[in-house]
Amino acid sequence: MASNPKDLKYTKEHEWARTQGNVVVIGVTDHAQEALGDVVYVELPKVGDTLTAGKPFGVIESTKAVSELYAPISGKVVKVNDALADSPQTVNSDPYGAGWIVEAEPSDAGQVASLMDVAAYEAFLAQGGN
Amino acid sequence: MALRTPLNDAHRRLGARMVDFAGWDMPVQYAGGIAEHETVRTAAGLFDVSHMGEIEFRGPGALEAANGLITQDLARIADGQAAYAGLLTPEGTFVDDVVAYRFSPERILICVNASNREKDFAWMSQHAKGVKPVDRSDEYGQIAVQGPKAAGIVQRLTKTDLSKLATYRFQEGEVAGVPCIISRTGYTGEDGFELYCPAGQAEKLWNALLEAGQSEGLKPCGLGARDTLRTEMKYALYGNDIDEQRTPLEAGLGWIVKLDKADFIGKAALEKQKAEGVKRRLVGFELTGAGIPRHGYPILKDGKRVGEVTSGTMGPSVKKAIGIGYVPTELTAEGSTFDVEIRGKPVPARVVKTPFLKKS
Repeated sequence: MASNPKDLKYTKEHEWARTQGNVVVIGVTDHAQEALGDVVYVELPKVGDTLTAGKPFGVIESTKAVSELYAPISGKVVKVNDALADSPQTVNSDPYGAGWIVEAEPSDAGQVASLMDVAAYEAFLAQGGN
Repeated sequence: MALRTPLNDAHRRLGARMVDFAGWDMPVQYAGGIAEHETVRTAAGLFDVSHMGEIEFRGPGALEAANGLITQDLARIADGQAAYAGLLTPEGTFVDDVVAYRFSPERILICVNASNREKDFAWMSQHAKGVKPVDRSDEYGQIAVQGPKAAGIVQRLTKTDLSKLATYRFQEGEVAGVPCIISRTGYTGEDGFELYCPAGQAEKLWNALLEAGQSEGLKPCGLGARDTLRTEMKYALYGNDIDEQRTPLEAGLGWIVKLDKADFIGKAALEKQKAEGVKRRLVGFELTGAGIPRHGYPILKDGKRVGEVTSGTMGPSVKKAIGIGYVPTELTAEGSTFDVEIRGKPVPARVVKTPFLKKS
Protein backbone atom coordinates (compact mmCIF):
# COMPACT_ATOMS: atom_id res chain seq x y z
CA MET A 1 0.00 0.00 0.00
CA ALA A 2 1.34 3.43 -0.94
CA SER A 3 1.86 5.79 1.97
CA ASN A 4 -0.30 8.89 2.16
CA PRO A 5 1.75 12.00 1.29
CA LYS A 6 2.33 14.37 4.18
CA ASP A 7 1.82 17.52 2.14
CA LEU A 8 -1.79 16.74 1.19
CA LYS A 9 -5.11 17.39 2.88
CA TYR A 10 -7.80 14.72 3.11
CA THR A 11 -11.56 14.25 3.43
CA LYS A 12 -13.77 11.62 5.05
CA GLU A 13 -14.93 10.68 1.54
CA HIS A 14 -11.33 9.64 0.82
CA GLU A 15 -10.40 12.46 -1.53
CA TRP A 16 -7.17 14.40 -1.30
CA ALA A 17 -6.39 18.04 -2.13
CA ARG A 18 -3.04 19.61 -2.93
CA THR A 19 -2.56 23.36 -3.10
CA GLN A 20 -0.43 24.22 -6.10
CA GLY A 21 -0.07 27.98 -6.52
CA ASN A 22 -3.56 29.36 -7.16
CA VAL A 23 -5.18 26.02 -7.84
CA VAL A 24 -6.06 22.91 -5.88
CA VAL A 25 -5.42 19.48 -7.39
CA ILE A 26 -7.94 16.83 -6.34
CA GLY A 27 -7.80 13.05 -6.41
CA VAL A 28 -8.83 9.95 -4.48
CA THR A 29 -6.72 8.34 -1.78
CA ASP A 30 -4.88 5.07 -1.85
CA HIS A 31 -7.46 3.69 0.57
CA ALA A 32 -10.22 4.68 -1.87
CA GLN A 33 -8.61 3.04 -4.90
CA GLU A 34 -7.90 -0.08 -2.85
CA ALA A 35 -11.51 -0.27 -1.68
CA LEU A 36 -12.87 0.34 -5.18
CA GLY A 37 -10.78 -2.33 -6.86
CA ASP A 38 -9.93 -2.08 -10.55
CA VAL A 39 -11.05 1.33 -11.78
CA VAL A 40 -12.50 1.06 -15.29
CA TYR A 41 -14.21 4.41 -15.84
CA VAL A 42 -14.07 7.94 -14.49
CA GLU A 43 -16.81 10.41 -15.37
CA LEU A 44 -15.16 13.82 -15.18
CA PRO A 45 -16.77 17.25 -14.87
CA LYS A 46 -16.11 19.85 -17.57
CA VAL A 47 -13.70 22.73 -17.36
CA GLY A 48 -15.71 25.65 -16.03
CA ASP A 49 -18.07 23.50 -13.93
CA THR A 50 -18.67 24.63 -10.36
CA LEU A 51 -17.61 22.48 -7.43
CA THR A 52 -19.50 22.67 -4.15
CA ALA A 53 -17.72 21.34 -1.08
CA GLY A 54 -19.22 18.02 0.01
CA LYS A 55 -21.29 17.61 -3.17
CA PRO A 56 -20.72 15.03 -5.95
CA PHE A 57 -18.78 16.30 -8.96
CA GLY A 58 -18.06 13.09 -10.84
CA VAL A 59 -18.29 9.32 -10.78
CA ILE A 60 -15.68 6.63 -10.49
CA GLU A 61 -16.50 3.07 -11.48
CA SER A 62 -14.70 -0.18 -10.81
CA THR A 63 -15.61 -3.47 -12.47
CA LYS A 64 -18.30 -3.95 -9.85
CA ALA A 65 -19.12 -0.67 -8.12
CA VAL A 66 -20.20 2.86 -8.99
CA SER A 67 -19.05 5.56 -6.53
CA GLU A 68 -19.51 9.30 -6.51
CA LEU A 69 -16.63 11.72 -6.22
CA TYR A 70 -17.24 14.42 -3.60
CA ALA A 71 -15.68 17.84 -3.89
CA PRO A 72 -13.31 18.61 -1.01
CA ILE A 73 -13.73 22.33 -1.64
CA SER A 74 -15.94 24.80 -3.50
CA GLY A 75 -14.58 26.42 -6.63
CA LYS A 76 -14.36 26.24 -10.39
CA VAL A 77 -12.86 23.39 -12.43
CA VAL A 78 -9.91 24.69 -14.47
CA LYS A 79 -8.43 21.42 -15.70
CA VAL A 80 -9.49 17.76 -15.85
CA ASN A 81 -7.29 14.70 -16.21
CA ASP A 82 -8.32 13.64 -19.73
CA ALA A 83 -5.76 10.84 -19.71
CA LEU A 84 -8.11 8.90 -17.41
CA ALA A 85 -10.45 8.32 -20.34
CA ASP A 86 -7.95 5.93 -21.92
CA SER A 87 -6.25 4.67 -18.77
CA PRO A 88 -8.59 4.87 -15.77
CA GLN A 89 -6.44 2.24 -14.04
CA THR A 90 -3.90 5.03 -13.35
CA VAL A 91 -6.13 5.86 -10.38
CA ASN A 92 -5.13 2.46 -8.95
CA SER A 93 -1.46 2.54 -9.86
CA ASP A 94 -0.68 6.16 -8.97
CA PRO A 95 -3.53 7.72 -6.96
CA TYR A 96 -1.42 10.64 -5.69
CA GLY A 97 0.38 11.33 -8.97
CA ALA A 98 -0.74 10.64 -12.54
CA GLY A 99 -4.11 9.47 -11.21
CA TRP A 100 -5.19 12.99 -10.17
CA ILE A 101 -8.75 13.86 -11.22
CA VAL A 102 -9.34 17.63 -11.48
CA GLU A 103 -7.73 20.97 -10.80
CA ALA A 104 -9.93 23.67 -9.35
CA GLU A 105 -9.69 27.34 -8.52
CA PRO A 106 -11.01 27.57 -4.95
CA SER A 107 -13.75 30.11 -4.30
CA ASP A 108 -12.06 30.83 -0.99
CA ALA A 109 -8.36 30.16 -0.51
CA GLY A 110 -8.70 29.16 3.13
CA GLN A 111 -10.85 26.07 2.49
CA VAL A 112 -8.06 23.54 2.03
CA ALA A 113 -6.56 24.36 5.42
CA SER A 114 -9.75 23.23 7.13
CA LEU A 115 -9.47 19.65 5.74
CA MET A 116 -7.77 16.81 7.64
CA ASP A 117 -3.99 16.55 7.63
CA VAL A 118 -2.36 13.17 7.06
CA ALA A 119 -2.25 12.31 10.78
CA ALA A 120 -5.94 13.05 11.21
CA TYR A 121 -6.84 11.10 8.04
CA GLU A 122 -4.83 8.07 9.09
CA ALA A 123 -6.41 8.18 12.54
CA PHE A 124 -9.81 8.29 10.76
CA LEU A 125 -8.84 5.24 8.71
CA ALA A 126 -7.56 3.43 11.80
CA GLN A 127 -10.99 3.88 13.38
CA GLY A 128 -12.45 2.06 10.40
CA GLY A 129 -13.58 5.22 8.67
CA ASN A 130 -15.39 4.72 5.43
CA MET B 1 -24.35 -14.65 10.78
CA ALA B 2 -22.91 -15.21 7.32
CA LEU B 3 -22.69 -18.73 5.98
CA ARG B 4 -19.19 -20.05 5.38
CA THR B 5 -17.93 -22.59 2.89
CA PRO B 6 -15.39 -25.22 3.98
CA LEU B 7 -12.74 -23.05 2.30
CA ASN B 8 -13.37 -19.87 4.32
CA ASP B 9 -10.12 -20.12 6.31
CA ALA B 10 -8.16 -20.88 3.14
CA HIS B 11 -9.47 -17.69 1.50
CA ARG B 12 -8.50 -15.57 4.48
CA ARG B 13 -5.01 -17.05 4.56
CA LEU B 14 -4.65 -16.19 0.86
CA GLY B 15 -5.53 -12.58 1.65
CA ALA B 16 -8.89 -12.54 -0.10
CA ARG B 17 -11.24 -9.60 0.26
CA MET B 18 -14.47 -11.13 1.52
CA VAL B 19 -18.00 -9.92 0.77
CA ASP B 20 -21.52 -11.06 1.48
CA PHE B 21 -23.05 -12.96 -1.44
CA ALA B 22 -26.58 -14.30 -0.93
CA GLY B 23 -25.84 -14.66 2.78
CA TRP B 24 -22.46 -16.33 2.20
CA ASP B 25 -19.09 -14.90 3.23
CA MET B 26 -17.27 -15.25 -0.09
CA PRO B 27 -14.01 -14.03 -1.68
CA VAL B 28 -14.68 -11.24 -4.20
CA GLN B 29 -11.01 -11.00 -5.15
CA TYR B 30 -7.50 -11.96 -4.10
CA ALA B 31 -4.96 -10.07 -6.25
CA GLY B 32 -7.52 -8.07 -8.24
CA GLY B 33 -10.54 -8.82 -10.38
CA ILE B 34 -9.10 -7.91 -13.77
CA ALA B 35 -5.85 -9.80 -13.16
CA GLU B 36 -7.84 -12.87 -12.08
CA HIS B 37 -10.09 -12.57 -15.14
CA GLU B 38 -7.04 -12.56 -17.41
CA THR B 39 -5.51 -15.49 -15.53
CA VAL B 40 -8.59 -17.57 -16.36
CA ARG B 41 -8.52 -16.56 -20.04
CA THR B 42 -4.79 -17.31 -20.45
CA ALA B 43 -3.84 -19.91 -17.80
CA ALA B 44 -6.20 -21.21 -15.12
CA GLY B 45 -8.17 -19.98 -12.13
CA LEU B 46 -9.45 -21.72 -9.05
CA PHE B 47 -12.89 -20.78 -7.71
CA ASP B 48 -14.65 -21.80 -4.53
CA VAL B 49 -18.24 -22.51 -5.56
CA SER B 50 -19.12 -24.55 -2.48
CA HIS B 51 -22.01 -22.18 -1.80
CA MET B 52 -23.93 -23.74 -4.70
CA GLY B 53 -26.59 -26.21 -3.60
CA GLU B 54 -26.89 -29.88 -4.55
CA ILE B 55 -30.26 -31.59 -4.51
CA GLU B 56 -30.53 -35.30 -5.21
CA PHE B 57 -33.27 -37.58 -6.52
CA ARG B 58 -32.54 -41.21 -5.82
CA GLY B 59 -34.30 -44.53 -6.34
CA PRO B 60 -36.71 -45.96 -8.90
CA GLY B 61 -38.53 -43.10 -10.62
CA ALA B 62 -35.78 -40.52 -9.85
CA LEU B 63 -35.38 -39.52 -13.49
CA GLU B 64 -39.11 -39.09 -14.05
CA ALA B 65 -39.50 -37.07 -10.84
CA ALA B 66 -36.70 -34.66 -11.78
CA ASN B 67 -37.76 -34.57 -15.42
CA GLY B 68 -41.19 -33.27 -14.46
CA LEU B 69 -39.57 -30.22 -12.92
CA ILE B 70 -37.05 -29.09 -15.52
CA THR B 71 -37.01 -27.93 -19.13
CA GLN B 72 -34.37 -30.35 -20.41
CA ASP B 73 -35.12 -33.99 -21.17
CA LEU B 74 -33.16 -36.29 -18.86
CA ALA B 75 -34.56 -39.27 -20.77
CA ARG B 76 -32.63 -38.15 -23.83
CA ILE B 77 -29.21 -37.65 -22.30
CA ALA B 78 -26.81 -40.43 -21.36
CA ASP B 79 -25.67 -41.61 -17.95
CA GLY B 80 -22.62 -39.48 -17.16
CA GLN B 81 -24.06 -36.48 -18.97
CA ALA B 82 -25.20 -33.15 -17.51
CA ALA B 83 -27.68 -30.61 -18.84
CA TYR B 84 -28.18 -26.91 -18.19
CA ALA B 85 -31.89 -26.44 -17.55
CA GLY B 86 -34.63 -24.19 -16.26
CA LEU B 87 -36.66 -24.94 -13.16
CA LEU B 88 -39.86 -23.07 -13.93
CA THR B 89 -43.06 -21.81 -12.39
CA PRO B 90 -46.38 -22.79 -14.04
CA GLU B 91 -46.17 -19.37 -15.76
CA GLY B 92 -42.96 -20.51 -17.45
CA THR B 93 -40.72 -18.12 -15.51
CA PHE B 94 -37.53 -19.09 -13.73
CA VAL B 95 -37.63 -20.46 -10.19
CA ASP B 96 -33.92 -21.05 -10.91
CA ASP B 97 -31.46 -22.11 -13.56
CA VAL B 98 -29.76 -25.39 -12.72
CA VAL B 99 -27.43 -28.09 -13.97
CA ALA B 100 -28.89 -31.61 -13.81
CA TYR B 101 -26.49 -34.57 -13.63
CA ARG B 102 -27.70 -37.97 -14.77
CA PHE B 103 -25.69 -40.69 -12.99
CA SER B 104 -28.37 -43.25 -13.91
CA PRO B 105 -32.15 -43.21 -14.26
CA GLU B 106 -32.20 -43.83 -10.51
CA ARG B 107 -29.80 -41.08 -9.48
CA ILE B 108 -30.11 -37.46 -10.58
CA LEU B 109 -28.19 -34.63 -8.90
CA ILE B 110 -29.29 -31.06 -9.47
CA CYS B 111 -26.87 -28.20 -8.83
CA VAL B 112 -28.74 -25.00 -7.89
CA ASN B 113 -27.80 -21.39 -7.19
CA ALA B 114 -26.73 -20.54 -3.64
CA SER B 115 -29.30 -17.76 -3.46
CA ASN B 116 -32.13 -20.15 -4.34
CA ARG B 117 -31.15 -23.29 -2.49
CA GLU B 118 -33.91 -23.24 0.12
CA LYS B 119 -36.55 -22.00 -2.30
CA ASP B 120 -35.63 -24.67 -4.86
CA PHE B 121 -35.61 -27.47 -2.34
CA ALA B 122 -39.03 -26.44 -1.02
CA TRP B 123 -40.31 -26.11 -4.61
CA MET B 124 -38.99 -29.51 -5.67
CA SER B 125 -40.25 -31.18 -2.48
CA GLN B 126 -43.71 -29.76 -3.09
CA HIS B 127 -43.95 -30.56 -6.80
CA ALA B 128 -41.85 -33.68 -7.41
CA LYS B 129 -43.91 -36.76 -8.22
CA GLY B 130 -42.94 -40.20 -6.93
CA VAL B 131 -39.45 -39.55 -5.58
CA LYS B 132 -38.79 -36.86 -3.00
CA PRO B 133 -35.58 -34.85 -3.27
CA VAL B 134 -32.87 -34.74 -0.62
CA ASP B 135 -30.87 -31.55 0.03
CA ARG B 136 -27.26 -32.68 0.09
CA SER B 137 -25.74 -29.20 -0.17
CA ASP B 138 -23.95 -29.33 3.17
CA GLU B 139 -22.21 -32.59 2.26
CA TYR B 140 -20.52 -31.14 -0.80
CA GLY B 141 -17.68 -28.77 -1.34
CA GLN B 142 -17.37 -27.53 -4.92
CA ILE B 143 -14.28 -26.18 -6.64
CA ALA B 144 -14.15 -24.89 -10.22
CA VAL B 145 -10.86 -25.05 -12.13
CA GLN B 146 -11.24 -22.98 -15.29
CA GLY B 147 -8.94 -21.94 -18.11
CA PRO B 148 -6.88 -23.33 -20.98
CA LYS B 149 -4.42 -24.94 -18.53
CA ALA B 150 -7.12 -26.52 -16.35
CA ALA B 151 -7.16 -29.95 -18.01
CA GLY B 152 -3.39 -30.38 -17.75
CA ILE B 153 -3.37 -29.39 -14.10
CA VAL B 154 -6.28 -31.62 -13.04
CA GLN B 155 -4.95 -34.52 -15.11
CA ARG B 156 -1.75 -34.60 -13.08
CA LEU B 157 -3.83 -35.22 -9.95
CA THR B 158 -6.18 -37.92 -11.26
CA LYS B 159 -6.18 -41.34 -12.91
CA THR B 160 -9.43 -40.50 -14.70
CA ASP B 161 -8.62 -39.96 -18.39
CA LEU B 162 -9.81 -36.39 -18.92
CA SER B 163 -9.19 -36.57 -22.67
CA LYS B 164 -12.25 -38.87 -22.78
CA LEU B 165 -14.41 -36.47 -20.79
CA ALA B 166 -16.27 -34.16 -23.18
CA THR B 167 -17.99 -30.90 -22.32
CA TYR B 168 -21.01 -31.42 -20.07
CA ARG B 169 -19.91 -34.97 -19.25
CA PHE B 170 -18.87 -36.12 -15.80
CA GLN B 171 -17.32 -39.08 -14.03
CA GLU B 172 -16.75 -40.09 -10.46
CA GLY B 173 -13.09 -40.44 -9.61
CA GLU B 174 -10.35 -39.24 -7.33
CA VAL B 175 -8.48 -35.95 -7.62
CA ALA B 176 -5.46 -35.61 -5.29
CA GLY B 177 -6.79 -38.63 -3.41
CA VAL B 178 -10.15 -36.91 -2.78
CA PRO B 179 -13.28 -38.63 -4.12
CA CYS B 180 -14.91 -36.26 -6.60
CA ILE B 181 -17.56 -35.86 -9.21
CA ILE B 182 -15.37 -34.56 -12.03
CA SER B 183 -17.61 -32.49 -14.29
CA ARG B 184 -16.42 -30.77 -17.46
CA THR B 185 -18.58 -27.70 -16.92
CA GLY B 186 -18.13 -24.10 -15.89
CA TYR B 187 -19.30 -20.52 -15.98
CA THR B 188 -16.39 -18.73 -17.61
CA GLY B 189 -16.39 -19.63 -21.31
CA GLU B 190 -13.11 -21.48 -20.87
CA ASP B 191 -12.45 -25.20 -20.75
CA GLY B 192 -12.44 -26.54 -17.23
CA PHE B 193 -13.99 -28.58 -14.49
CA GLU B 194 -16.27 -28.34 -11.54
CA LEU B 195 -15.20 -30.78 -8.84
CA TYR B 196 -17.78 -31.87 -6.27
CA CYS B 197 -16.09 -33.35 -3.21
CA PRO B 198 -16.91 -34.21 0.41
CA ALA B 199 -17.05 -30.89 2.29
CA GLY B 200 -14.51 -32.08 4.83
CA GLN B 201 -11.93 -32.69 2.11
CA ALA B 202 -12.46 -29.50 0.12
CA GLU B 203 -9.45 -27.76 1.62
CA LYS B 204 -7.18 -30.70 0.84
CA LEU B 205 -8.35 -30.62 -2.78
CA TRP B 206 -8.06 -26.81 -2.98
CA ASN B 207 -4.48 -26.85 -1.70
CA ALA B 208 -3.46 -29.71 -3.98
CA LEU B 209 -4.84 -27.85 -7.01
CA LEU B 210 -3.11 -24.59 -6.03
CA GLU B 211 0.18 -26.43 -5.70
CA ALA B 212 -0.18 -28.51 -8.86
CA GLY B 213 -1.13 -25.47 -10.91
CA GLN B 214 1.41 -23.02 -9.57
CA SER B 215 4.01 -23.64 -12.29
CA GLU B 216 1.36 -23.06 -14.97
CA GLY B 217 0.14 -19.81 -13.50
CA LEU B 218 -3.01 -21.05 -11.76
CA LYS B 219 -4.31 -18.49 -9.25
CA PRO B 220 -7.26 -18.36 -6.85
CA CYS B 221 -10.06 -16.20 -8.27
CA GLY B 222 -13.02 -14.49 -6.65
CA LEU B 223 -16.61 -13.68 -7.49
CA GLY B 224 -15.56 -10.44 -9.21
CA ALA B 225 -13.71 -12.28 -11.96
CA ARG B 226 -16.44 -14.91 -12.12
CA ASP B 227 -18.94 -12.17 -12.92
CA THR B 228 -16.90 -10.41 -15.65
CA LEU B 229 -16.01 -13.80 -17.20
CA ARG B 230 -19.63 -14.92 -17.39
CA THR B 231 -20.85 -11.53 -18.63
CA GLU B 232 -18.43 -11.67 -21.59
CA MET B 233 -20.10 -14.99 -22.49
CA LYS B 234 -23.63 -13.63 -21.88
CA TYR B 235 -24.23 -16.41 -19.39
CA ALA B 236 -27.29 -15.53 -17.33
CA LEU B 237 -26.99 -14.78 -13.63
CA TYR B 238 -30.08 -15.61 -11.62
CA GLY B 239 -31.47 -12.53 -9.91
CA ASN B 240 -29.88 -10.26 -12.52
CA ASP B 241 -30.78 -11.53 -15.99
CA ILE B 242 -33.38 -14.14 -15.17
CA ASP B 243 -35.92 -14.41 -12.36
CA GLU B 244 -39.55 -15.23 -11.69
CA GLN B 245 -40.63 -12.53 -14.18
CA ARG B 246 -38.70 -13.95 -17.17
CA THR B 247 -39.07 -17.06 -19.27
CA PRO B 248 -36.33 -19.05 -21.04
CA LEU B 249 -37.75 -17.96 -24.41
CA GLU B 250 -37.36 -14.31 -23.44
CA ALA B 251 -33.88 -14.97 -22.05
CA GLY B 252 -32.63 -16.48 -25.33
CA LEU B 253 -32.50 -19.90 -23.72
CA GLY B 254 -34.93 -21.67 -26.02
CA TRP B 255 -32.25 -24.32 -26.56
CA ILE B 256 -32.64 -25.57 -22.97
CA VAL B 257 -36.38 -26.07 -23.41
CA LYS B 258 -37.55 -29.40 -24.87
CA LEU B 259 -41.20 -28.79 -25.69
CA ASP B 260 -41.47 -32.24 -27.28
CA LYS B 261 -40.73 -34.08 -24.03
CA ALA B 262 -43.19 -35.36 -21.42
CA ASP B 263 -44.93 -32.70 -19.34
CA PHE B 264 -42.95 -30.41 -17.08
CA ILE B 265 -43.96 -27.42 -14.96
CA GLY B 266 -44.16 -24.36 -17.18
CA LYS B 267 -44.46 -26.25 -20.47
CA ALA B 268 -47.99 -25.10 -21.31
CA ALA B 269 -47.10 -21.47 -20.63
CA LEU B 270 -44.05 -21.68 -22.89
CA GLU B 271 -46.06 -23.33 -25.68
CA LYS B 272 -48.51 -20.47 -25.45
CA GLN B 273 -45.76 -17.84 -25.42
CA LYS B 274 -44.09 -19.47 -28.40
CA ALA B 275 -47.36 -19.56 -30.35
CA GLU B 276 -48.20 -15.95 -29.54
CA GLY B 277 -44.67 -14.70 -30.16
CA VAL B 278 -42.09 -13.53 -27.67
CA LYS B 279 -42.48 -9.79 -27.11
CA ARG B 280 -39.18 -8.99 -25.39
CA ARG B 281 -35.82 -10.66 -25.52
CA LEU B 282 -32.50 -10.56 -23.76
CA VAL B 283 -29.82 -9.10 -26.02
CA GLY B 284 -26.16 -8.28 -25.71
CA PHE B 285 -25.06 -4.75 -26.57
CA GLU B 286 -22.01 -2.53 -26.61
CA LEU B 287 -22.13 1.01 -25.37
CA THR B 288 -21.00 3.26 -28.22
CA GLY B 289 -20.94 6.34 -25.96
CA ALA B 290 -18.99 6.78 -22.74
CA GLY B 291 -19.90 4.94 -19.56
CA ILE B 292 -20.69 1.49 -18.25
CA PRO B 293 -24.14 -0.09 -18.33
CA ARG B 294 -25.29 -1.52 -14.99
CA HIS B 295 -28.10 -3.71 -13.70
CA GLY B 296 -31.34 -1.74 -13.51
CA TYR B 297 -30.44 1.11 -15.88
CA PRO B 298 -33.35 1.96 -18.22
CA ILE B 299 -33.12 1.24 -21.96
CA LEU B 300 -34.65 4.03 -24.06
CA LYS B 301 -35.73 4.26 -27.67
CA ASP B 302 -36.50 7.76 -28.94
CA GLY B 303 -36.57 8.92 -25.33
CA LYS B 304 -39.16 6.35 -24.24
CA ARG B 305 -38.39 3.60 -21.76
CA VAL B 306 -38.62 0.26 -23.58
CA GLY B 307 -36.52 -2.09 -21.47
CA GLU B 308 -33.78 -2.40 -18.91
CA VAL B 309 -30.21 -3.48 -18.42
CA THR B 310 -29.83 -6.67 -16.41
CA SER B 311 -26.02 -6.98 -16.36
CA GLY B 312 -23.15 -4.83 -17.51
CA THR B 313 -19.47 -4.29 -17.06
CA MET B 314 -16.28 -3.16 -18.68
CA GLY B 315 -15.26 -6.44 -20.32
CA PRO B 316 -11.62 -7.05 -19.39
CA SER B 317 -10.99 -9.33 -22.42
CA VAL B 318 -13.23 -7.63 -24.98
CA LYS B 319 -12.06 -4.23 -23.68
CA LYS B 320 -15.45 -2.63 -24.19
CA ALA B 321 -18.35 -1.52 -22.04
CA ILE B 322 -20.82 -4.37 -22.58
CA GLY B 323 -24.29 -5.04 -21.34
CA ILE B 324 -27.17 -7.49 -21.35
CA GLY B 325 -30.76 -6.36 -21.23
CA TYR B 326 -34.36 -6.97 -22.23
CA VAL B 327 -35.68 -5.03 -25.22
CA PRO B 328 -38.77 -5.34 -27.45
CA THR B 329 -38.33 -7.99 -30.16
CA GLU B 330 -38.08 -5.33 -32.90
CA LEU B 331 -34.85 -4.05 -31.32
CA THR B 332 -33.08 -7.40 -31.08
CA ALA B 333 -31.44 -7.66 -34.51
CA GLU B 334 -27.68 -7.22 -34.62
CA GLY B 335 -26.93 -3.56 -35.26
CA SER B 336 -30.15 -2.27 -33.69
CA THR B 337 -29.55 0.88 -31.69
CA PHE B 338 -31.03 2.30 -28.51
CA ASP B 339 -29.91 4.40 -25.55
CA VAL B 340 -29.02 3.35 -22.04
CA GLU B 341 -29.94 5.93 -19.43
CA ILE B 342 -26.90 6.48 -17.23
CA ARG B 343 -27.38 8.94 -14.37
CA GLY B 344 -30.18 10.68 -16.21
CA LYS B 345 -28.42 10.92 -19.58
CA PRO B 346 -29.05 8.80 -22.68
CA VAL B 347 -25.90 7.03 -23.89
CA PRO B 348 -26.04 5.27 -27.29
CA ALA B 349 -25.70 1.48 -27.54
CA ARG B 350 -25.73 -1.08 -30.34
CA VAL B 351 -26.87 -4.72 -30.32
CA VAL B 352 -23.99 -7.10 -31.08
CA LYS B 353 -23.53 -10.83 -31.56
CA THR B 354 -22.97 -12.81 -28.39
CA PRO B 355 -20.99 -14.21 -26.74
CA PHE B 356 -19.15 -10.89 -26.65
CA LEU B 357 -15.89 -12.79 -26.46
CA LYS B 358 -14.82 -14.22 -29.81
CA LYS B 359 -12.49 -17.17 -29.50
CA SER B 360 -9.66 -17.13 -31.99
